[in-house]
Amino acid sequence: MKYLYQLTIILAVSLVSEALGYFIPLPVPASVYGLVIMFLLLWTKVVKLEHVENVADFFLQIMPFFFVAPTVGLMTSFDAIKGNVLWLVLMCFVSTVVTIAVTGAVAQLIIRMRKKGGKKDV
Amino acid sequence: MFDFIVSSSFFGITLSFVVYMFFQLIKVKFKINNPLFNPLLWSSVVIILFLMVTKIDYEVYNSSAGVVTYWLTPVTICLAIPLYRRVQELKENIVAIVISIICGCIGHALVMVVIATAVKMSKILSYSVMSKSVTTAIAMALTEKLGGIPAVTIVGVTVAGMTGAVLGPTILKIFKIKEPVAQGLAMGTASHAVGTSKAMELGEIQGAMSSLAIVVTGILTVVVVPIAVKFL
Repeated sequence: MKYLYQLTIILAVSLVSEALGYFIPLPVPASVYGLVIMFLLLWTKVVKLEHVENVADFFLQIMPFFFVAPTVGLMTSFDAIKGNVLWLVLMCFVSTVVTIAVTGAVAQLIIRMRKKGGKKDV
Repeated sequence: MFDFIVSSSFFGITLSFVVYMFFQLIKVKFKINNPLFNPLLWSSVVIILFLMVTKIDYEVYNSSAGVVTYWLTPVTICLAIPLYRRVQELKENIVAIVISIICGCIGHALVMVVIATAVKMSKILSYSVMSKSVTTAIAMALTEKLGGIPAVTIVGVTVAGMTGAVLGPTILKIFKIKEPVAQGLAMGTASHAVGTSKAMELGEIQGAMSSLAIVVTGILTVVVVPIAVKFL
């Protein structure tokens, strides 16, 4: 019964988010609406953690498996990426390095500013 | 006999499970922490080779294996649970989290647009890697919305994960990023779950912040990327 109940909540949120994705003319994936809705439901305590967590943890644990079939789909796109593979990998590599540096530096700056501000108050 | 098995609606999905299980088992059994040993990547390579050798069409395989993609929306929604579990840490660091991740997303988009324009990358391929910093489910969904190739996105996501997990700590050192919260945010924003497992090795705060960053980046990327692709 527990799992049935948890799955029902998750599927109901999925249904609502698919509807939002359909009706809101923004390039936002339906699942992201659902993610935000689920977070708000938990935050406002409409849904409690124990109402969803077992099924959610199961899904999250096996999540990478859900991408096997789409990744195998790469074999249908060989022609499209042929000749661009090196550039694509380079783009992904450089942008990852930059993202780590930028995010880390900005976060550190904010944290240190707050620490300084805090000390002045004392 | 062979044709019957291949055309069964359980063929593709069983094949996926068996191969993925095999790599996952090796990973757990031999405690392989090397991010280059990625079960998703290697099982996909093995399945692609298998399909090519046996001359089975991807469509035949996917008509069975693809049924799991139906679950991607509910699975993505479940990402709200780990985020909510860390709601206290989220509140305490909300300013640093949101601003640094927005800057990270913009920086990421800028690099992508600049390189794509410089090497004259086709739009469809550029769209496919624009969202590659975030967790696969969201990246894939966003690529579909933009009209890119989801399979290419997954490869991009994998490269992001490997790069961050292998080089992340070195990059943090070079840029003198020493605050544990900042280290965690950087790893999670750039390299999603794969970066997070590395961040957990750096420390508990790093791990917590990195796993928060996965979901927050996922949400913010959905705002930043559609704007960024207008510059392509």
